Amino acid sequence: MNGEPLVRWDWIFAHTGPILDRVGQHLYLAVLAVAIGFAISFVLAAIAIRRRRLYPLVTLLATAVYTIPSFAMFAALVVVTGLSTFTAEVPLVLYTFVLLVPNIVAGFDSVPQDVLDAADGMGYTAGQRWWRVELPLAIPLVVSGLRLATVSTIGLVTVSAILGNQFGGLGYYILDGYHRTFTTEILVGGLLSIALAVLADFGFVLLQRLLTPWSAARAAAR
Amino acid sequence: MDIVAATAQWLADPAHWQGPNGIPLRLGEHVALSGVSILLAALVAMPLGLWIGHTGRLSWFVVSSANAWRALPSLAVIGLLVPFTTLIDPSLGFTLYPTLVAMVVLAGPPILVNSYQGVAGVDRDLVEAARGMGMSERQILFGLEMPVALPVLATGIRSAAVQVIATATLGATFGFGGLGRYIVLGDASQDNGELFGGVVLVAALALGTLGLFVLLERRLASPGLTTRTAG
Repeated sequence: MNGEPLVRWDWIFAHTGPILDRVGQHLYLAVLAVAIGFAISFVLAAIAIRRRRLYPLVTLLATAVYTIPSFAMFAALVVVTGLSTFTAEVPLVLYTFVLLVPNIVAGFDSVPQDVLDAADGMGYTAGQRWWRVELPLAIPLVVSGLRLATVSTIGLVTVSAILGNQFGGLGYYILDGYHRTFTTEILVGGLLSIALAVLADFGFVLLQRLLTPWSAARAAAR
Repeated sequence: MDIVAATAQWLADPAHWQGPNGIPLRLGEHVALSGVSILLAALVAMPLGLWIGHTGRLSWFVVSSANAWRALPSLAVIGLLVPFTTLIDPSLGFTLYPTLVAMVVLAGPPILVNSYQGVAGVDRDLVEAARGMGMSERQILFGLEMPVALPVLATGIRSAAVQVIATATLGATFGFGGLGRYIVLGDASQDNGELFGGVVLVAALALGTLGLFVLLERRLASPGLTTRTAG
């Protein structure tokens, strides 16, 4: 645009400090949202596992919330709760439920009844059985839910840029670059936010291998 | 409560239901852009997914790429397209094309994955029986696998449609109209009635689309089949 070179490296080098700050903000907003979302989802999933009849209701509500456009939710919330980290976090947290709750429920559902019976037979208390048997076996599906939620949240953080300059992480550069028709800024914001999402995805694959060494061993034995 | 009153007032004002910034036109823009992008995505992704599901070739590609594809933040995709679409067309490339292309990119993966999974999930005994009866590969795909996979295919279109309708709202920040425009305008002029009117319309359209597809899928599912759906 404007006959300028596609990438102005001098701008990038002059702005490495602010760019890194934006990366930090992006990760902060995403990690905080996934952490809070995970805590709430775990409670929701625990309720759904105990009271099966509530599960369809929980997923229906989570799906309905997920269907509401993030852009609309951010714009509406800022009018009600003002410009704050809280306003940026609420939609991000709400959107994690639809990805986390079903995966946590499926994770605990995947523990075979035989294994639970065996644990009972060995004299495990309910707490011990949960920590040593159920949780480790549920982890693969729980972590894949976390993986989806983290990647999706990293993408959604960019949308919080519509709240104002002090939010949005790298999304700020995408909107600012568009408004100023400054390609370099769009490329920095866009490519770095994609890179964060891809790195997070990759990081979770590694985490999954570390947390469930038996699945890698099983794959190797095959 | 003033927000509710202002929103109701804005929505009830007949002036907002006509003209170049009227609700019917903005709704039309939103639906047209979503429809076109889903159609374009389906034209590419569905035949590809059906072929991969039928032959089993390249299935690693679907499994590995679909997730990575989904990791793409839509706002970043729209923004990144701008410098390139403006090279092709300085005016529409700045307003329409970035959102349109990004929505095609967004709609592709769920359609591809579900077309693949739908066909790949058809009972192999059924396929072998059809082959034994002398049906051609084409007949097997169109006469057996596709009808059985129909509910899964529909679910893929549904997730694509719901995501595209919701995400197309972002286009309003990139010069495209649609219902998101009211949110942008209401935000800029601090008109809460317009802003929340836009929010209500966009949310209603997204939820309405979801509801419509759920109803449609119930009618499509053949009663004799219990299919596992994905996505």
